[in-house]
Order: sequence, then structure tokens, then C-alpha cells
Amino acid sequence: MMKRWLPSPLLSLCLLLMWLLLNQTIEPAHLLLGAVLGIVAPVLARPLQPQGYPRISRPFVLFRLLWLSLIEIVRSCFNVSRIILFRRTEGVNSQFIHIPLDLRDPYGLALLSCLINSTPGTVWVEIVPETHELLLHVFDLHDEQWWIDTIKSHYEQPIIEVFEQPRHSEREKTT
Amino acid sequence: MSIAETLPVWAALPVAFLLVLGGLISLIGALGLLRLGNFYQRIHGPAITVTLGAGCILIASMIYFTATQSRLVIHELLISVFVLMTAPVVAMMIMRAAVYRDLRKEHLADEEKTGTDGAATDA
Amino acid sequence: MTTASLLSAAIVFALVCVVLAMILCTLRLLIGPSAQDRVLALDTLWMCAMLLALMLGIRHGSQIYFEAALMIALLGFVSTVALAKFLMRGEVIE
Repeated sequence: MMKRWLPSPLLSLCLLLMWLLLNQTIEPAHLLLGAVLGIVAPVLARPLQPQGYPRISRPFVLFRLLWLSLIEIVRSCFNVSRIILFRRTEGVNSQFIHIPLDLRDPYGLALLSCLINSTPGTVWVEIVPETHELLLHVFDLHDEQWWIDTIKSHYEQPIIEVFEQPRHSEREKTT
Repeated sequence: MSIAETLPVWAALPVAFLLVLGGLISLIGALGLLRLGNFYQRIHGPAITVTLGAGCILIASMIYFTATQSRLVIHELLISVFVLMTAPVVAMMIMRAAVYRDLRKEHLADEEKTGTDGAATDA
Repeated sequence: MTTASLLSAAIVFALVCVVLAMILCTLRLLIGPSAQDRVLALDTLWMCAMLLALMLGIRHGSQIYFEAALMIALLGFVSTVALAKFLMRGEVIE
């Protein structure tokens, strides 16, 4: 019953918050309207998502990941602006690199691409379908192996923990 | 000048600092867009405008309106979340379009070359 | 009094910076050798326009500009995605 009318409590909460922020009130009437929006919109939008809403298994790992990537965004902002201001453009070593990925969950891949693209200096190009490798463009490449290790350990590992954990535990339960 | 004269110092100083920083960062981003050599380098210039420049000015706006209206004004969070969610999508789509266009151009150039070579050998 | 003058100086400085950034983007939009350069410049121009609206809101102390900034952000996203999609698939000669 709960599952049927509230398929994704987090999404409903975000919609309610969005409604309240847009109207800038916490009046009971707007709370009610926002709650209706938060319940109706995910139910109506459910057929649009054949894989169902994502399930987040470890919120603290997710928050830690977002916090670390925020720090990384600010740090690489200053790096990129230093390069733009003080370096000759011919000396900047911009390269495409390949990174083999273990992550398969589509929501995890979406989060990974958002985090990588938000960080200045790296742009996600595409995933090569045959080898499941990520093609990444790096603004100023020093050491290819360092980038591969950083992406795999700092970004991919926590995302696997957040998004792909429940399936493993369910499988363990059934066996 | 309609800037509130009653703004306390604890709010005015961070607002001024964040505004100056945000303006400078967005100027540097546009400078990178103009100055860098090829397209794949240029796409990294606006990324700093979108993240840090927009972030600074949105936080400055939040602090300013919270201080002048003496209530919590945080609806700028909506714009921040929206920009943080959409800017990566835009960057990825432009990048993919550029890569496909370059590949297609190379492909066409190769075909043209082999085509003229074939005609030459036929003649 | 001094804090107000400091704040107004900071706002004027930031406005000048963002307008300069918009001029640089327009230059790239005009000279950009390829179509993707122009789309990228247009996207940055949308973002700068949004920042400009927010700063004008601070300068005039009015919250009307917030709605304008939100609209500019929404329209900028939609139009840039449409243009990028057109660049990828919209060629007449394939």
C-alpha cells in the first residue's frame, strides 16, 4: 500500500520543498497543495520510468561523496582559472583518456556523469558500448594513471556502494 | 541608490566579497572561451562560470535578502539545484555533438579522397 | 554609510565584469569557427544573463528579478539542448 502510493518518498519530499520555496511560505494551505503535488506527480510519472525509482541504500556515503566533490569542484575551478590566466594555450596538454568502468546501474552512471561534468577540467564524452569504457576529455593532463585511479576510487567506488548494494543483499537473502 | 542603508556589517562584507569573486570568475570563464585554442579546450572555460561564478552570486543574493528582509530567503536554492542538474547535461550534449560532427567530417573527407583516387586510377 | 557604499561599489564592479564576459562571449559567437563553438558561446551568454538578472535584483533590492533569473535558466537549458540535438542529428547530408 505504502509502495503503491508513495513510490519514492525522497522525490515526494523534494517536490514539496520545491513548491514551498517557489511560494516562499509555510502556510498550511500551501503545505497541503505541495503534499498533493508530491504524491500525485510521482504516481503519474511512474510509467515513464520502466526501471522504477532508484533506491539509495547508504545515504551517508552519498552525502560524503557530494561533499567531497563540492570541495573538488572549488579546487579545480581555481586550477582551471589559473591555467586560463597564466599559461600559454599551446602548453596545455588536453587529451582524451579511456577509463574502464565496473558500474552498471543507470542511475549511478547518471550521477557519475553529473559529478564529473560539474568538475571543471573534465568532460564526459560517452561510454564505448563494446568495452564499457568511459571516454573522458581532460583539460590539463599530467598523469593518465592518476586520473584513472582517482575516478575509480573516489567516485565510482562510493556510487557502487550507494546504488548497487541492495541487489546483492537481496540476492544473498534469496539464496 | 536603493541599496538598503541598514544592512549590517556582518552581511555586507561577505556579500561584497562574493559578488566581486563571482564577477571575476565569470569574466575568467568567458576569457577562456575566447582565448583557448581549439573547441575541446574551450568547453572547459564556461564550466567555471557555471559552477563557482553562479554559486558565489546565488549565495550573495541569499545572504543579502535574508539580511534586508530579516527572514529566511533561500529560494535561490531552486536556481542552484536546477543549474547544478542541467549544466552537466548541456556540457555532455554539446561535447557529444562536437565529437560526432568531427568524426563525420573526417569520414566524409576520407570518402572524398578515396573517391577521387578511384576516379584517377579509372582514368 | 560606508558599508552601503562598499556594497554598491562591489555590485557595480561585478556588473561590469559580467557585462565584459558577455561581450567576450558575443565575440566568440561571431568569430566561432565551427557551429559547436557558437552553441557553447550562446549557452555561456544565457548563464551570464542569468547572473546579470540576479545582480540587478540585489542592486534594486527587488525579488521580481528572481523569477526572471529562473525563467532565463529554464529557457537557456531547453534551447541549448535543442541546438545540441540539432547539431548531432539535424544534418541534411548524412
